[in-house]
Amino acid sequence: MSSRTLPLLFINLGGEMLYILDQRLRAQNIPADKAKKVMNDIITTMFNKKFLEELFKPQELYSKKALRTVFDRLAHASIMRLNQASMDKLYDLMTMAFKYQVLLCLRPKDILLVSFNHMDAIKDFVKDTPSILSLVDETYRQLIEMYTSLSHGEFQLIRQTLLIFFQDMHIRVSIFLKDKVQNSNGRFVLPTSGPVPHGTQVPGLIRMFSCTGEEVTRLQFNNGGNYTAGLREGSFEMFGDRVTKLGTNMYSVSRPVETHMSGTSKSSAQHTKVNTAPNPLAKEELNLLAKLMGGLEVQKTGNADSGFRVNLFATDEEEEEALITRPDELSYGVINIQATKDHQANAELAKIMGEFTESGHQSPSASSKGDDLLAMMDGL
Amino acid sequence: MYHKEKSIQIKNSASALYNNLSVLRIAPRRLTYFTVVHANVVNMVSASWDGLNYSHRQLQSKEPNVATSTSLIMQAAFCVLPSRELLVITSQKGIQMYESDGSIMVYWHALDTPETPSEVNYVPAQAVFARGISAVWENYICVGVSSGSILVFDVPSKGSNITLSEVLEEHKESITDIASECSGSQQCIADLVSADDGGNLCVWKSGEEFQLLNKIPGFDMSCSSVKLWKGTVVAGYGTGQIRLYEAVTGILHAEVNAHARWIYSLDIAPFSGLLLSAAEDSLVRVWHLTVSQETNSVEVAHLHNECVTDTQICGARFCDGDGYAFAVTGYDLSEIIRYTQT
Repeated sequence: MSSRTLPLLFINLGGEMLYILDQRLRAQNIPADKAKKVMNDIITTMFNKKFLEELFKPQELYSKKALRTVFDRLAHASIMRLNQASMDKLYDLMTMAFKYQVLLCLRPKDILLVSFNHMDAIKDFVKDTPSILSLVDETYRQLIEMYTSLSHGEFQLIRQTLLIFFQDMHIRVSIFLKDKVQNSNGRFVLPTSGPVPHGTQVPGLIRMFSCTGEEVTRLQFNNGGNYTAGLREGSFEMFGDRVTKLGTNMYSVSRPVETHMSGTSKSSAQHTKVNTAPNPLAKEELNLLAKLMGGLEVQKTGNADSGFRVNLFATDEEEEEALITRPDELSYGVINIQATKDHQANAELAKIMGEFTESGHQSPSASSKGDDLLAMMDGL
Repeated sequence: MYHKEKSIQIKNSASALYNNLSVLRIAPRRLTYFTVVHANVVNMVSASWDGLNYSHRQLQSKEPNVATSTSLIMQAAFCVLPSRELLVITSQKGIQMYESDGSIMVYWHALDTPETPSEVNYVPAQAVFARGISAVWENYICVGVSSGSILVFDVPSKGSNITLSEVLEEHKESITDIASECSGSQQCIADLVSADDGGNLCVWKSGEEFQLLNKIPGFDMSCSSVKLWKGTVVAGYGTGQIRLYEAVTGILHAEVNAHARWIYSLDIAPFSGLLLSAAEDSLVRVWHLTVSQETNSVEVAHLHNECVTDTQICGARFCDGDGYAFAVTGYDLSEIIRYTQT
C-alpha cells in the first residue's frame, strides 16, 4: 500500500494527543508555566529535524506496537508522567479521533486539510516561541512538498492504508457518543445528508446524449438522502481557511473524556490476529525510535519539584480500576524505553542495529530477530 | 424491488479496497463462493443454495522467503474461462492463482520491484502492487500493476503451465480495474477495458497480440471500477459519477450523478442489463441499461436504492446473470449482506 502514509498518521495522531493533553492540563489546574513547558517540549520532540527526516522517508506503516511505543516516548518527552492506564486511554482517544476524521472526510485529499488543521493548532500552541515555530513551519513545507502534487487516486490509496491500520477498532468515546457521531456499538455515524465533496455533484441526475454530443434526455431519480451542493475547496497552503472542521480541537469546551472498554472485545480480537504477524521491517521502526531517543534531553525523573503526573480519568481510583479491567485483546504490548541520552546506551543500540543490518536479506529468522531486538530494548 | 436476506458471517471484516467482493456461482453443485479481502487474508465462504451449509477457508498472501506474510492483498477475483475457473489474488508482492475452491495454488508470479539501491529495506516512493483482474476470451487472464502495466497470462485448459504472454504498456498511472465481455463463445470487436487512477480508459481486442482499439481520457478523476457490456464501457469514478461510453469510438452516451462519494464497485447482470453501483456514501443503487447496438443508443433508468446504514461499501456483486440477487460488503463489516428480488 502507500509508502507515504506514516507522516500523516503521525502528525494527526500527535495533534490529537496535544489537544487531549492541553485539556487535561487545564482540567487538573497544572500551573501555566509547567503546562506550557510540557506542550513546548512535546512539540519540539515531535518536529525534531532528524526525527522528521526519518518519518518522511518512503516506508510501510509501522506496526501498532511500534507506533504506540513512539507515542509513549513522545508523551514522556517532558516533565509530565502518565500511568499505563492513562496512556492507554490517551492512545485510544487519539486513534479513534483520527479514525473518525479519516472516515468522515468528504474526499481522500481532505485528509491533508485535516492534517493542516492539526498543524494550525500546533502552530498556535507555540506561537510565542520562535525557535519551535520555525520547526513547525519547516514541517508545513515538507507536507506541502510531499503531498500537494499527489493525485486523488494516490490520496485514496493513503486513505485505504490508514483504514487498514484502523480496521476493527470500535472503542466507544464519550464525547463522540454524546455528540451522536458514534453509535453505542462503537461504529461511527455516516450521514446521508450534508454537502457533497468539492468536485462532486448532488446525486439525482441522469443525462443521455446523442452521438453528436447533444443532450437528448434528462431524468431525475430519488437519491435516498438529503444532500446539498459542495462547499468551496479548502486551502492547501501554509495559511488559509481549511473549510473542513475535521481535525480542529473538539475538546475546547471542557468535557470529561471517558472511553468504554466493554462490548469491544469481540471485534478487537479479530484485529489482533493480523497484528501478531512478525514484522520483518522492525529495523525501520527501531531507526525512528533511536532518532527519537537520541534527540532527548535527560529528564530528571525523580525531581519532585518540576515533575508531575497527569491523569486521564476523573480520579486515581478510576485510573487503577481501568488498568485492572482492560481486556487483554486491547493491550498494546508497549515496550518500555527509558528517556535517556546516555551515550553508552545509544552506542549499544547502534551496535545491535548494526548487527541486524549485516544479516542482509530477509530469511525466515529475520522476522523473529526484529522481535528480539524490540524485546532487547526493554532492558536499555 | 429487492428485500434483504440473511447475511453470511465472515471470519474477518472487509478492508476498504475497490471491488472487494467476488462471487462464483457453481450451478451443478448448487453452491456459491464468495471472497472478501481483509488486509493480508482472503476470506472464502462456500454457501449452499438451500442456506443450510456454509464452509469457510482463508488464503494468505504469499511472500517469497518469509514464513508469515505481511504483504497486503489488493484484490481477489474469480476468473471464469470456458475450460476452467481460477481464483486470482493480487498483492503488494505478486499474483497468486488458485483452483476456484482455493484448495491448490497453481501459479505464482512475483512483481518486479524497481531497481533497488544497495540499502536492504529500500522502499520506493511509488507503491508497488497488482490490482485489476479479468478473464479474457478463451484462455487469458489479465492483471494490472501499479506502474500502469497490464500483465497478460496465457492459461492452459488444465494444469499449472501458465505463462506470461504479453505486457501491455499503455497506462501511465496505477491500474484500478479491468473488465471484459464475450469470453469464449461470442466474437466482439472489443473485449477488454482497463481503467487507471487518472480515470483513463483503454479498450482492447484480445489475441496472441492484444490490440489497443481506443483510449478514453479521464479528467484526473480516478476510475475505480469498470465494466464492459454490449460494446459499452460503464465506468465509476471517485466523484461519484457513472459514465457510459461506446467502447470503440469513445462517444459519451450517458452521464449519471450517481453517488455522493467515491464509487467502489460496479457490476452488470449480462442477461438482464441490470447495473449495480456501490459507494462510500452507504448506498447501493440498481439501474437498468438498454443498449441498442443497431440504433447506437444507450438508456439508463434508475430502479432501486438500498442504504447500508453507517457503512462505507467496498464491494457489490450480482449473484447470478439475471440480477435476481446481489451481495454487498462494507469496510469494518464482518458479514456479506444479501438482497433478493421480491
